Amino acid sequence: MVAMQPIDIISGTAIAMEGDDIDTDRIIPARHLKALTFDALGTFVFEGDRTNAKAAGAVHPFDAPEHAGASVLVAGENFGCGSSREHAPQALYRWGIRAIAAVSFGEIFRGNSATIGLPCVLLTPEAAAQARAVIAADPTAEVTVDLAAKQLRTAGRSWPVEINESLRRRFVSGGWDSLGTLAEGTAAAADLSRRLPYLNGWQAA
Amino acid sequence: MAATLYRKVFDQHVVRELGEDQYQLFIGLHLIHEATSAQAFAMLRERGLKVGYPERNVATVDHIIPTDDTSRPFADPQSEALMSALEQNTGSFGLRFLSPERRENGVVHVIGAERGLTQPGLTIVCGDSHTATHGAFGALAFGIGTSQVRDVLATQSVIVNRLKVRRIEITGELAPGVSAKDVILYVIHRLGPKAGVGYAYEFGGPVIDAMSMDERMTVCNMVVEGGALVGYCNPDETTFGYLRGRPSAPQGEDWDRAVAWWRSLASDPDAEYDDRVVFDGAEISPMVTWGVNLGQSVPVDGHVPGPAADASGEAALADARAFMGVEAGQPVAGIGIDVAFLGSCTNGRLSDFVEVAEALRRSGARVAEGVRALAVPGSQEVRAQLVERGLDKVFETAGFEFRQPGCSMCIAMNQDRLNDGETAASSSNRNFKGRQGSPTGRTLIMSPLSVAAAAVRGAVADPREVFGITG
Ligand code: SF4
Repeated sequence: MVAMQPIDIISGTAIAMEGDDIDTDRIIPARHLKALTFDALGTFVFEGDRTNAKAAGAVHPFDAPEHAGASVLVAGENFGCGSSREHAPQALYRWGIRAIAAVSFGEIFRGNSATIGLPCVLLTPEAAAQARAVIAADPTAEVTVDLAAKQLRTAGRSWPVEINESLRRRFVSGGWDSLGTLAEGTAAAADLSRRLPYLNGWQAA
Repeated sequence: MAATLYRKVFDQHVVRELGEDQYQLFIGLHLIHEATSAQAFAMLRERGLKVGYPERNVATVDHIIPTDDTSRPFADPQSEALMSALEQNTGSFGLRFLSPERRENGVVHVIGAERGLTQPGLTIVCGDSHTATHGAFGALAFGIGTSQVRDVLATQSVIVNRLKVRRIEITGELAPGVSAKDVILYVIHRLGPKAGVGYAYEFGGPVIDAMSMDERMTVCNMVVEGGALVGYCNPDETTFGYLRGRPSAPQGEDWDRAVAWWRSLASDPDAEYDDRVVFDGAEISPMVTWGVNLGQSVPVDGHVPGPAADASGEAALADARAFMGVEAGQPVAGIGIDVAFLGSCTNGRLSDFVEVAEALRRSGARVAEGVRALAVPGSQEVRAQLVERGLDKVFETAGFEFRQPGCSMCIAMNQDRLNDGETAASSSNRNFKGRQGSPTGRTLIMSPLSVAAAAVRGAVADPREVFGITG
């Protein structure tokens, strides 16, 4: 098993993203799926939205100087929906994001984020709105995602966050390498495979 | 105990419980394509690992492949690099590669079914969210990311949570000119793009029962646009009829035993669901998206919505309208298009093209001046059958370019893409901002027949009127 760094407390400045249903095509456009490695993806996070914002004379949060170096992202509902591309959490991670708190997540995005050590935690809609307002009012405020206490904290306020308990324990203990966990089940998987009709010559299940 | 197909297939594939509703799930079939696998193979190499169950992993190339000049090396060096990486990786790890060289390639979700690799009762994954397509056969199929592709290659398993199950019944019958695509667009419109988060969608009822496998695949394909990871139909005679005789389907005595097992997996009549919704098939019209998510659709005789009653709802609508360049209250019929795209894993199968070709031939209609129209078959097999029936000529006569198979303009990773500010009528599945290759390109999602109608008129139009379909 590959021992990983425990992930328990993530602190830094935060970006609050408005809007729901932010899909992975927006987080990283498909042309970057042609890269043979994930290394350079950080530069291209939200590339299309950033280009469009610039053209309209606006500043996208990922270009705003006050957000440079942010490590927490707070979002609304269904964040990371759409395409299964792991390039999306990879791009966010490589840009510098180390934890995401949202009302809900695209299922595959959440799983992908977990495998690369980027925890996705759930907030209630009220908490997400309040946290986003606090961050918008003071982009320099330190925001903490605390997986040990299951809290999001900033500016003297705190909100409870939800995360699957088994995953949370693996993050906090440094045992979050999914391949390591799965490899522990190798013998059990082989046993099971012998019971599956399509692998055992169609004997009755 | 009465159970759903989801529950039965899931339980039969649990390797072990990891606690708190997380499971190690065995994977019966892993499909691989070039755009999400290169890094996974690299990670395997880094850790010095082999592929655990090579015969349960099958690869093809679809996302980056050109649909005009497919000679090697590909004109685009990055595409060529991904293609060579896939050839090398499948070669050195001993995996089957359905290759363009042998004319076996196609969009991964089209060829899985076509070859009979997709079967009821399998757990199927691919580094691609539209893996849900395979649920049409009563498989438990879902998309995964690249690190999970690595995990499956190494251990033939993934870590998952169990989903809730929502039964979606479509009663009655569909009116003529209304297709499976309209059914799923309607469902997403009614339930919204996030209603499926945490759910598997089970489809049933008379409309689904009457559908062909091609149509069921179109329905299951797009559950992910409704927020669901998994969509499925229960296996029945239509399923078995489709599979019988396909290259990878069981043969002889195995066939009978397989069918018996498959039948046993269908949801029991008294199975309990976490939620249940019923829609009347007769209420469904041809649907068209006007916005930037798949919930933002209306019937073809409808209007762009707005303003919404609540401020945050209106903010989202206004953003979508601004991006799409449409006004609240504007009829969707008549929105001009520059490009018509027929194809993708949603609607790139034989019956999709046959339906459109027949409508074009019957009506003698031609693509409107100034519209670039592409017909991109979902696989070599689909293409070969169309050519055999002479339907390639029908498309060409009508003014479509008839191309080689691939994902093409669904995702625009090859040369097929929108120019800035262009609008496409597309039979694919996503209208997200920038999806078709330009950050300012716009996508209107609709059925193949509606795409053809839009191509002919140069603007969104009711296919029933354009092609004289009456009921
Ligand atoms: S056709 Fe489109 S949605 Fe389907 S696999 Fe290809 S890119 Fe993905």
